[in-house]
Amino acid sequence: MIILFISFMTLIPFLGFSPYIMRIMILSGIYIILALSLNLLTGFTGIVCLGHAAFYGIGAYTSALLAIHFDLSFVFTAIAGGVVAAFFGLLLGLPTLRLNGTYLSMVTLGFCEIVRLVGLNWMSLTRGPMGLTGIPFPKILGWVIDRDAEYFYLVLILIIMTWVILNNLIQSRAGIALIAIREDEVAAEAMGINILKYKVLAFAISAFFAGIAGSFYAHYASFINPQSFTFDESIQILSMVILGGMGSNLGVALGAIVLVSVPEMLRGLQEYRMLIYGAVLVIMMLTRPQGILGNPKALKIPRNN
Amino acid sequence: MLFQQLINGLTLGSTYALTAVGYSMVFGILGLVNFSHGSVYTVGAFLTLIFFTALKFNFFVSFLLSIILTGLLGILIDRISLYPLRKRNAPKVTSLISTIGVSIFLQNLIMITWGSETKKFPLVINRGSINLFGANISTLQIMIFSMCIVLMVSLNIMIQKTRVGKAMRATAQNSKAAMLMGININAIIMITFFMGSSLASVAGTMVGMYYQTIDPYIGYMAGLKAFAAAVLGGIGVLPGAIVGGLSIGVIEAIAAGYLNAGYRDAIAFAVLVLMLIVKPSGLLGKQASKKV
Amino acid sequence: MHKLQIQGLTKRFGGLTAVNNIDLHMDDNEIIGLIGPNGAGKTTLFNMITGMYIPTSGKLFYQGQDITGIKPYKITDIGIARTFQNIRLFLMMTVLENVLIGLHTRTNTNLFDAITKNKRYRNEEKTSHKRAIEILEMVGLKERKDEYSKNLSYGEQRKLEIARAMASNPGILLLDEPAAGMNDNETAELTRFIKTLKNFGLTVLLIEHDMRLVMNICERIYVFDHGSKIAEGSPKEIQKNQQVIEAYLGKGA
Repeated sequence: MIILFISFMTLIPFLGFSPYIMRIMILSGIYIILALSLNLLTGFTGIVCLGHAAFYGIGAYTSALLAIHFDLSFVFTAIAGGVVAAFFGLLLGLPTLRLNGTYLSMVTLGFCEIVRLVGLNWMSLTRGPMGLTGIPFPKILGWVIDRDAEYFYLVLILIIMTWVILNNLIQSRAGIALIAIREDEVAAEAMGINILKYKVLAFAISAFFAGIAGSFYAHYASFINPQSFTFDESIQILSMVILGGMGSNLGVALGAIVLVSVPEMLRGLQEYRMLIYGAVLVIMMLTRPQGILGNPKALKIPRNN
Repeated sequence: MLFQQLINGLTLGSTYALTAVGYSMVFGILGLVNFSHGSVYTVGAFLTLIFFTALKFNFFVSFLLSIILTGLLGILIDRISLYPLRKRNAPKVTSLISTIGVSIFLQNLIMITWGSETKKFPLVINRGSINLFGANISTLQIMIFSMCIVLMVSLNIMIQKTRVGKAMRATAQNSKAAMLMGININAIIMITFFMGSSLASVAGTMVGMYYQTIDPYIGYMAGLKAFAAAVLGGIGVLPGAIVGGLSIGVIEAIAAGYLNAGYRDAIAFAVLVLMLIVKPSGLLGKQASKKV
Repeated sequence: MHKLQIQGLTKRFGGLTAVNNIDLHMDDNEIIGLIGPNGAGKTTLFNMITGMYIPTSGKLFYQGQDITGIKPYKITDIGIARTFQNIRLFLMMTVLENVLIGLHTRTNTNLFDAITKNKRYRNEEKTSHKRAIEILEMVGLKERKDEYSKNLSYGEQRKLEIARAMASNPGILLLDEPAAGMNDNETAELTRFIKTLKNFGLTVLLIEHDMRLVMNICERIYVFDHGSKIAEGSPKEIQKNQQVIEAYLGKGA
């Protein structure tokens, strides 16, 4: 089944899709990685992060700057992008020592805005609103990726890696510990789970993959500026997770595809596009709050204190 | 110079405070951050402008109409996007996304109906000014500041003294118990949304007058800063909104004098993050104890 | 050396003294009861033993080691596990997963093992799965292992909570009102079950209001009232103690 699916995916570039459709598929791929990474934090650990775009941006800038100034291979710049993002994830995870729920979400929001404003104002490094231009094509072992089909394969490989790693992680002892934290922190700690350690870990891993996605995006778009990594972008990623179904990797991947493609399909409606997008979000929440593939029974039951 | 910045900071800060009330009250009662509040603020400012310039109403009539309509919009937002979720006990995060959807919807609605370009907000109040300790204080600034303070203080008195206010506080403390005591929770929630939204309309209009321009994006930053103000003062605590709003306004105005102007907007967020890490319950909030 | 020794333990919340200068000890393989009216400070004592509250003063020793003020997750690792008065299961996880969480401190594969699913990981997964099934068998929930724990009956949830705590292989098991909300049949079954725990070599500290259960299975009993210890001794001694009778029935009874 999985092999069938992957072989089908590898055929896609040969099916003669227009560059426009290829572009949408590649963009969907980037958002699938972002949604999967956020799902670890929000879907499985229960931390609603409103600043995921910050990690995405940090990864993009790190990778772009390394490639521009030092002409390094994509393998290296992408990992560096992930690691730097993970470092900030770790930093952001530390206040979880004291904060919970909405308050923690607000710290992530504030963090996202601060990162964006630093990006806008640290002219010598980021060139501010002008952004970074001329980011080189990704190079892997001397092979330069510059065609749509190659980008498609690269993002496919990244998705599969992300998927496998996150999936294995969730099934492991650490993964159940994260879900236990989501379900009941007090009980989880009573079972011997070091809450702080696992939350920080979730932040770091989640940020790592968001950073990788950012790094791919930077090399694919060849131009980035802080406007690509705003609070709205964070909300977009979070919407994918909620819409797809928190805690379901397949669901959030689907959510990513839907939320990238729907606005594209609505392009003919021009300025009504975002209006409809907003309405769709509300309607989705009202009709299927657990998301497309979320288990309707899996809605958390409020605990009576 | 410092005194001038202080005055400017207090003026803007008082509008943050008015906007913060909406966040604070809704959070107090529903435990939810209402992300559509910033867009409601924008709608308020635009409604006043439309009634005044396009429909040629008297300014105060326009202002009053905007306050009432924006308040009703608040109720509508709750009924459409939040009430159904509340009824089925859906997780908080779905309500959050729902209000974000409303926010995107409203902002784009404004852009479609009135265009996305910056609009001139006419001079309504004579901009005469007085000179105090070398600072230039306009009548408009005095009006904005005193109006905000009067509104905030009367709101506080209402919450503390009146029956409705007591019912609101009871609902915020424990909605189930309040319901058992015969309080109509839904009515309380409606009043909360009405008041929060109409105050946002006041703030939006004031800021429009202050800068003499508005655009469909004004609510975004104003909303986020007001939220930071609500948290700084202690979310769910009304006097906290005043303290938080004025503090953010002043800190921002003063720091802007020393920092690169581009970082001005970052200050509110830095304050927000620091406050949450040091004392999440805010300046005036009580620390909640963990119940096992 | 006692298995658990508590010396002069006190907890104040503002002006209220919830637990006042308590001394208590437990030896290996004992079943000890903790009784007293509501608000006597029994659960607060549990919360201090498990590290959830930090004592205002006093000391706690486990097998001679000072464990005062140690974080809850470390206490579990050291060997004290608990259940909660208001059942706190992971409702959206299956019965089996709940027990697997209990095994957290007794497993040790790291992230690298998990991501690569190497031999070490697969071996550990196999053994912990086997162990979890064994424990579920002991409490009679093996057939329900794939059910979401929120779908269990009240009595089953109580048992699952005990099973989850047992999974951490505790030196001492703290049970907070395990019979609360159970009918007579369920209570009788629970009584038998707790007795078998003793055969498995466990040491149990038990808060309970059901006197029949307590008198039936506990070797020694501590009685609390208003945060203080008012009596201790065998079930027989406690039943005759005038102070205890007063605390429960009021003066003049």
